[in-house]
Amino acid sequence: MKARVTVMPKSGVLDPQGKAIGHALASLGFAGVGEVRAGKVIELELAETDPARAKAEAEEMARKLLANTVIESFRVELV
Amino acid sequence: MKAGIVIFPGTNRERDMAIALERATGARPRVLWHRETALPEGIDLVVLCGGFSYGDYLRCGAIAARSPIMRPIAEHAARGGLILGVCNGFQILCEAGLLPGALLRNAGLRFLSMECRMRVERTDTPFTTHYQRGQVIRAPMAHGDGNYIADAATLDRLEGEGRVAFRYVTEAGDAVPEAALNGAARNIAGIYSGNLRVLGLMPHPEDLVDPLMGGTDGLPLFESLAAAA
Repeated sequence: MKARVTVMPKSGVLDPQGKAIGHALASLGFAGVGEVRAGKVIELELAETDPARAKAEAEEMARKLLANTVIESFRVELV
Repeated sequence: MKAGIVIFPGTNRERDMAIALERATGARPRVLWHRETALPEGIDLVVLCGGFSYGDYLRCGAIAARSPIMRPIAEHAARGGLILGVCNGFQILCEAGLLPGALLRNAGLRFLSMECRMRVERTDTPFTTHYQRGQVIRAPMAHGDGNYIADAATLDRLEGEGRVAFRYVTEAGDAVPEAALNGAARNIAGIYSGNLRVLGLMPHPEDLVDPLMGGTDGLPLFESLAAAA
């Protein structure tokens, strides 16, 4: 079973990387782009076959390592 | 004073740190490998140095903070043992939950390799007895992720408990926002744990301990530690 963990900077946490991407888009002529936020996506191959347990397992991994919950939020989906 | 320096893959400031420790304590520090599961008997001070442990993968310090040696280091902290984390070492201490908050990418996105000024906020801790209160010291810094952040309640608690160790200041000693080039909240360059026995800071006092290095502003930190244990 595959889980996809999306990690994003929490709202209110300065995201200079997102800002830099936004500026680069503007200099390419893309108008009308508001705030840009940059995060990361981590895909996990899990041996677990039960969807609920697999999701719980991936969430535990996100809390313990994949995301730093001081500054990041995360979302787990099974794919 | 028995000190141990931890080496992770990608640690690169261990020699500078060993020079500073040996100069102040007269003894060569032990070198500890990240895979070890116990600290040598009688270690007073554990030092996590600068570098790019695990290539800064995932987040700076994130992988190192979960290495085997971090368990005995957490036990050392719980016993009231001394820990110093500089630069990547500070990031590792935050990732390991031994210090609160986190270090984000520098606000200006630039890697900052330059000299900064720090103000010594208190002098009654094992790290600062050889400084004067409010003293402004020079320190080299070299980091891409030094923008200290914590939620407002945590920042207030740190201030209230006197746990801000050093602040970025101007030459005159003013903690104005422009002095924190990395964007650090409340100009925080370094913080203590609740028992004041764990210190994490971004600048490198170990790189200013000999006139040949251009100054000795960092030496009192190591002399304080030598006198503390």
